[in-house]
This record gives sequence, structure tokens and C-alpha cells, in this order.
Amino acid sequence: MTATTAAASAVPPAGPSPAAESLARRARWRWWELALFAALPLVWLLVPGQSLLVNEIAIVALFAVSLDLILGYAGIVSLGHAAFFGFGAYAAALFAKDVLPDPLIGLAVAIAASAALGLATSVLILRGTDLTRLMVTLGVASILYELANKLDWLTGGADGLQGVVMGPLTIPFTSLPGFAFDLAGRTACAYSLVVLALALLACRRIVRSPFGASLEALRDNRLRASSIGVAVSLRLVAVYTLSAAIAGAAGGLLAQTTGFASLDVFDFHRSAEVLLVLVVGGTGYLYGGIFGAIVFKLLHDLVSAWTPQYWNFWLGLFLVVLVMVGRDRFVRPWTWARRRRAA
Amino acid sequence: MTPVLETRALVKRFGALAATDDVSLAIERGARHALIGPNGAGKTTLINLLTGVLEPTSGTIRLDGRDITTLAPHLRVRRGVVRTFQITQLFRTMTPLSSLALAVSVRRGTSARWWQPLGADRELAPRCETLLERFRLAEVMDQPVHSLAYGKRRLLEIAMALACAPRVLLLDEPVAGVPEGERQEIFETISALPADVSIVLIEHDMDLVFNFARTVTVLVNGAVFAEGDVETIAHDPRVKAVYLGEQAHG
Repeated sequence: MTATTAAASAVPPAGPSPAAESLARRARWRWWELALFAALPLVWLLVPGQSLLVNEIAIVALFAVSLDLILGYAGIVSLGHAAFFGFGAYAAALFAKDVLPDPLIGLAVAIAASAALGLATSVLILRGTDLTRLMVTLGVASILYELANKLDWLTGGADGLQGVVMGPLTIPFTSLPGFAFDLAGRTACAYSLVVLALALLACRRIVRSPFGASLEALRDNRLRASSIGVAVSLRLVAVYTLSAAIAGAAGGLLAQTTGFASLDVFDFHRSAEVLLVLVVGGTGYLYGGIFGAIVFKLLHDLVSAWTPQYWNFWLGLFLVVLVMVGRDRFVRPWTWARRRRAA
Repeated sequence: MTPVLETRALVKRFGALAATDDVSLAIERGARHALIGPNGAGKTTLINLLTGVLEPTSGTIRLDGRDITTLAPHLRVRRGVVRTFQITQLFRTMTPLSSLALAVSVRRGTSARWWQPLGADRELAPRCETLLERFRLAEVMDQPVHSLAYGKRRLLEIAMALACAPRVLLLDEPVAGVPEGERQEIFETISALPADVSIVLIEHDMDLVFNFARTVTVLVNGAVFAEGDVETIAHDPRVKAVYLGEQAHG
């Protein structure tokens, strides 16, 4: 084979080689990514009347992005991601109530607490099959639900933690007075959108790094990933902890912006809903959680306003249609009439 | 000369079945060592033991004289023990380029970087390009692996092992399912590896084995049945009876 010797002695061509070019393209910004980031402040400016809804969407989106890191990138299925969401929510609420009402420090505490929980429980998802992982994650969330229920001296039990009063949102490293949380949710909405944007930027860097590539590799084929030297278990622990931290941020935001944490944050429906949101938006490209959250929440809002009792019926119908048609075709209605080529 | 990779009294039992039965094997530096035997002789099991996919029931494995019997699989790879798979094991949604880039990055110790893009390591692209050219994967480097033709996937399977810069390369039927015409090319590429890389080959095609290998070990029922240089094994009547007789049945 002549290519062997030719490639070894080849003079590097001028300019970036095709491979270097292609590797660089991995990290390049797409136009729609830029549009998405540009849209975040616009939403805040243009629909001030919907701040509470936008806040809710941003929090669900952040939660779904955290799930995408483990499900879409590392291939870890979870039916109990609310464990970290709820843990962050209670951590933030308790910190504000008992220690300090500052939202940013509180958010950092929520993130740290959930990350610690993620690190501790990551050993449970290293071994076994997808089915055992579903059971174990579900189990962890159930345990936390019951703990929050039983430890009522700390968590308020079934009544939840009420009367969480947040201090004003100050901008770090300035002496400005800060923004108080208002009833219309203007401050809350801006706060959640900024946290979402920062988390997305960080995740975007991480999934395009060698670490991110190794996650995709172990999702596709763990045996081969370890056969090229990837430390599979360490990677899983790292991404699970990271995902838990971001889920904790989402939970913390919920508790801080609603001034309330209840057992509902640990409930199974939270874990199931975030999975639905992510599947609606698409896994493994980081932005699926955002699109899913927008579609899911807007649909919920529209359908509930129209027919409050039958929301689940219409949601179910939507999901069935989405799966039957396929997401790629669903977002391209002009292709529906076209006949599929015979396979 | 001390062997690079060495097993002593290696045993692997699955219940009552000894898939590897008291195997003591020495792979010399720069070896071209073939592992042959009828189906079910325990060849792949032995590779799985050497790479740490399976844990032996008893016995030891040494690399450069140091015990690696219980070393994690990925750490063996980083010490240079690299394998390919009989049944293609690839990252199906990734591209050949990103698969190779990751493998090279692991080898360079940059794969745990989490804040820089994969392409930030300037050494990756040229190394990947050399491999892509050598294995004629350059034109499909940006296509997802699952869309590649079988022959291309087979080439990528081997290219990924080479991306790990092996010192001991374990090839488990590298040309299984590859069309006749391309087999020779793959073997030429393997033969062109540096002389100090030790290669262990499992292969059924006796012409390829006798062309490529200098040493041959014959496994039967998990145990070493015969061992010697190519000439000796090729003319050993016992080996002919056991191995070639089996192959005649298909």
C-alpha cells in the first residue's frame, strides 16, 4: 500500500487540513444557536405579561437540559431525576429560611448540595442494565420524597416549606441595591433566563470537549470505549454529578422564585414530565430540553385554558402523534403529504 | 529476552467448563504470533482475559514483568495492550474522524479535558489524517459510522486500535467478513507496523496466518495444544488432524 509511506512523509498542506477543519467545525456556533441565545433577553423584553410562565418554562428547560447530559450524551436512563431537582429546591428554601436570604449564595448552595447527592448516588448507576437503572433512580427519588415527608421539623412535611422570603437579587461584585423579587415575576424571569443561559454555555463547552466526546463514545459502546482507554466509570460519575448539579440549580430556582418548596418537587410526575419534555424536544443535542419545555408548557397552557379537565388526553394524543409521525417529519409539515420511499 | 506479555497458568472457568485451561503463553517483543484453534477453543476468551474484559479464575498476567492480572481494562490500554474485536465494536453515532480523534486524545492524555474543544489539541488532526488515509476512510470521515459499508467499518475497527499506539496489538479475526481482495491490504497495513510492536493474531485463514506469523500457538478446548514456529506447526500432523479436520466440517 503506497498510501502508508506517502502519508507518513507528506508535507503538511498549507492552511487547515480537512480533518483539522472538521474537528474545528464541531465547536463552531450554528446560526440557530445564536438565534436561541439572542431570543432569551427578547422574550423578557417583549412579553412582560407572561413572566411567570416564561420563568416556569426556563426552569423546566434547565431541568431537561440536565437530564439530556446523562440521557442524551451518556445514555444513562433515569426515572428519578426529580431527586436532584427536589434536593436543590429544599436546599435553597432551607438556606434562605434559616441561614441567608441571598439568592445567589442560595443557588450555589443548592447546586453544591445536589452535586454532592449526585456524586454519592452515582455508584448506583454504574453497574447493571437500563432496567435496573430505571428502578434505582426511581427508588432514590422515592426515598427522598418520604424523607422530606417524615422530617417535618425540617421540611414542613406534607405542608411544604412555606414563607420562604428571598432577599433582593444583587449583581455580584457591585454595590448596586439589587432587584427585589416582584409579584409579576419580572425579576424571577430574568434571573432564571440568565441562569439557563449560563448553564447552557457551560454545557455547550463541555459536550464539545474531549470529555464530551468520550461520553458519546461510552453511550454508543461502553465495551469499545474502555477498549480505547476511556475511564468509563469515572466519566459516568463525573457526568452524573454535573447533571445533578444543574438539576439542583433548576430546583433551587423554582424554590427561590416561587418562595415555596413542597413534596411535589420530589414527586414521580416531575421525573416523568422532564423525561417527556426532553423526548418531545429531542435528546443528545443539548437544546432539546429548551424546545421541549416551550412546546410542553405552551401546550399545557393552551389546552388547560380551553378544556381544563382533559389536558392529559390531549397531551397523550400529541405524544402518540409525535412518535408515530416522527419528530423530524413533525416539525416539517410540508413533508407529511409526501409519500415515504419504499424501504 | 523477556517477553512483553506473559501469562502463567491462566485459568478461566464458566461453571464446569474451562474456557481457558492452564495457559502459559509468552509474547516476545516484536512478535508476530498467531493464535489458532477450532471454534470454541477459547481464543477470544484468552484475548478477553489479556485485555481485562474477563477476570481469570486463577493464574497471572504480566506486562513487562509487572502483574496486571487485576488491572482495569482501560489502564491496560494506556499501557499499550490494545485489541480489535471479532464482531465490530464501534461508536455508531460518531464519525470515523471523531472516533479516531477521541482514541488519539485518550492516548495523549488529553481526553479528560472538559473545557476545551476536541479540536484544540493540534496534534489530533494530523494523526487522524494519517490513519484515515492509510485505511482509506478519508472520504467518509464525516459520515456517521452506522451509515458506513461493512468493509469500511472493519477498517475503522482496526484503525481505532492503531490510534491507541499499541505496544501489544491483539487482533481478533481482523478480516472476518472482509472481501478477499481487501484482506491482503489490511494485512499489509498491519505488517507495516513498527517492528517492536508485538502482534497477536487470531485468524482462520491459514494462508494469512502462515504468511504473517512467525510463531503459532494452537489452542484446543482452552488448553495449549501445540506451540512453535510457523514451519513446525504447519507440518505438525497432530495440528493438521485437530485443526484442519475441524475446519473441513465448516
